[in-house]
Amino acid sequence: MNEFMAARLQMGVSLGFHIIFACIGMVMPWFMFVAEWKWLKTKNPVYLDLAKAWSKGVAIFFAVGAVSGTLLSFELGLLWPKFMKHAGPIIGMPFSWEGTAFFLEAIALGLFLYGWNRLDKWVHLYTGLVVGITGVISGIFVVAANSWMNAPAGFDWVNGQAINIDPVKAMFNKAWFAQSHHMIIAAFAATGFGVAGVHAILYLKNKLEIHAKAITIAMAFGAVAAILQPLSGDHAAKNVAKLQPAKLAAFESHFETSQSAPLVIGGIPDEKNETVNYAIKIPGFLSFLAHGDFKSEVIGLNEFPKEDWPSVPVTHYSFQLMVAIGMFLALLGVIFLAGTYKWKYWLTKSWWLKLLVIATPLGFLAVEAGWTVTEVGRQPWIIYGIMRTKDALTPMPGIQYTFYTISAVYLLLSFVVIWLLSRQIKILQSKYPSND
Amino acid sequence: MTEIIITILGICVLLYVLLGGADFGGGILELITKGKDKGIVAKAIAPVWEANHMWLILVVVILFVGYPDVYSTVMTTLHIPVLAVLIGIIFRGSAFTFRHYDIKEERPKAIYSSIFRYSSLFTTFFLGMTLAGIILGDITNDYSQGFYRVYMHPWLNWFGLSLGFFMVILFSFLATIYTIGELKENRQIEQFTRTARSLLISLVVVGFLVFLAADYEGLNLFYEFYHSSASIVSVVLATVALPFLWTSLKKRQKNRARLIAGFQTTMIVVGWFAIQFPVLVKMSNGNDITLHGASAPASTQLQLLIALVVGVLIIFPAMGYLYKTFKFNEKSTNN
Repeated sequence: MNEFMAARLQMGVSLGFHIIFACIGMVMPWFMFVAEWKWLKTKNPVYLDLAKAWSKGVAIFFAVGAVSGTLLSFELGLLWPKFMKHAGPIIGMPFSWEGTAFFLEAIALGLFLYGWNRLDKWVHLYTGLVVGITGVISGIFVVAANSWMNAPAGFDWVNGQAINIDPVKAMFNKAWFAQSHHMIIAAFAATGFGVAGVHAILYLKNKLEIHAKAITIAMAFGAVAAILQPLSGDHAAKNVAKLQPAKLAAFESHFETSQSAPLVIGGIPDEKNETVNYAIKIPGFLSFLAHGDFKSEVIGLNEFPKEDWPSVPVTHYSFQLMVAIGMFLALLGVIFLAGTYKWKYWLTKSWWLKLLVIATPLGFLAVEAGWTVTEVGRQPWIIYGIMRTKDALTPMPGIQYTFYTISAVYLLLSFVVIWLLSRQIKILQSKYPSND
Repeated sequence: MTEIIITILGICVLLYVLLGGADFGGGILELITKGKDKGIVAKAIAPVWEANHMWLILVVVILFVGYPDVYSTVMTTLHIPVLAVLIGIIFRGSAFTFRHYDIKEERPKAIYSSIFRYSSLFTTFFLGMTLAGIILGDITNDYSQGFYRVYMHPWLNWFGLSLGFFMVILFSFLATIYTIGELKENRQIEQFTRTARSLLISLVVVGFLVFLAADYEGLNLFYEFYHSSASIVSVVLATVALPFLWTSLKKRQKNRARLIAGFQTTMIVVGWFAIQFPVLVKMSNGNDITLHGASAPASTQLQLLIALVVGVLIIFPAMGYLYKTFKFNEKSTNN
């Protein structure tokens, strides 16, 4: 493995690890907030137990998310110092706001976690809401910073130097909105289904009220998000079609520029012969999805020199996987809402619960796939059209070893977190004696 | 404008040393007392530890937004100690949280505890070494000079080692002083006061060694101190405060001891700023990265300043509320 590949993989592992914790740390506070609010409204102690159990999960995920996020803010410089030297002043604005929002989130979380007996009940509830809001805000800021790498704006690039820097324009670049809503909704969908799925497993074992209530709260968020996500994704894809046609072409392994371009579903892309084998092709649909017109022209990869292509197979498979999962979760979302409004008996049936169990990891898988699409699809650029990733690499040799180290640390941490959560769940189980 | 930003950066560094430092010190203190404090250290830092470490994030953000040259130079040449600090932070933060939230079984708890303690020591030590690299002036941006010269020698030297030790003692001293205020039992107070005193003596001794080591590595710290009136004043004030700290410890005036210890640490940090200013990173070829040379363009600095001022206006009251709720409130905690 060469230095460059090691650095990219280390970045990938770090981001891939962090995003799971960031999603849960951002969304789960909303669940605990709703649970506590329900408790204050209904006085049903089950809701209080649920809020407390979830808040422990939030504490664990938040802490790991915070330390892995700290690592990332340094890794940008450790691995890509030349990128940060130029990009820092330009995309600093979202980062500095993110810092502020995240700081507030940490304070509010401290109050929430340790303030059960020290704060007024409603003040305590309010701190939970602050955790949720500041979490979403900092998520939006971080994604806005990333979107600038896809749609650089707010500077002039002259002789390898950025001049006339306008941080406001850089933050509100053409991709920030599409990427932000797509990510925030994804986080809600993934965490909603993830939490609901874990409680579905538990409910199948032991039909307790607490798990039923947990599924309802988590799915209320997850279902709405999952149904909104295809719309959000459509907007995001149209955005990519406009800003990064090479990336969109790689999503779909679309090699030749053509009108009425077909939508390619699945299949194995063959870069050498520039075709996709074994795929389902729906004529005209790619044109429609990319530009809103069945006859419009979609630019193919061949318009770009080969050295400017992203990895077609990786981008293609990740994109297909993300879309497939997104559709499946949206379907489950529709079933849940239909069940909530009309066919209540569905929601306690074991087929439904088993579907939820299957969906537990899927949302996160889609998030990982989606980030792979964004990041690998942007290659070979670190700042699209401006700076190549390989030109940003640190001159320090031996990045392979830091990659191995970081990977080992995260692997270990993943095992511990899983083990820890399963113990937490056992505690929750033992609190309620089995009624079999 | 850049002066205001660098002042805020300085305040963030100071708060990280005072608050984050006390957290790191808490772990080291547990190591020194072999956990005989019965969780008092942990209890004292639990509600505020996340917030205490946000200062580091702010420092990093200010650096890469406002002083991109500093950030990219430090991250390139001090890659190894910085990475060591980060791995320490990951282990430390995770182990601390896991210890708190995992069910109370002896074995996992003992493992989490020792990870938390050793990684606190490890992280603090490398934090000192990283800092030493920035101060010493052995950093080069001629990357062709060989791995050891470029990526190791700037921090792996006697100055780095002594500053690492100094940080370890300083942080555990701070933690001891803070913790004494949380203690109830007389026997424990006596024990921790004894620890605080020996740490204080070691701090002075190792502080002197730092100067000698700097001299050995070619940085005449004595001379630099001697030529900056601000650092002379801060050293004098820190020294003058020593007997007061001693008597407050003796008379068990907890809050006064905390204030004086905080004041002394502040003076050490201010003294360092004074000799460093306006140099941000000292380079071996003499082309030091200075405050004005490294500043980002004015449009960026303005946005950064706005974010920081708004942030400070929101964060400080919130932080105050957090501390008020947990630090000056004697009701029982329930998690």
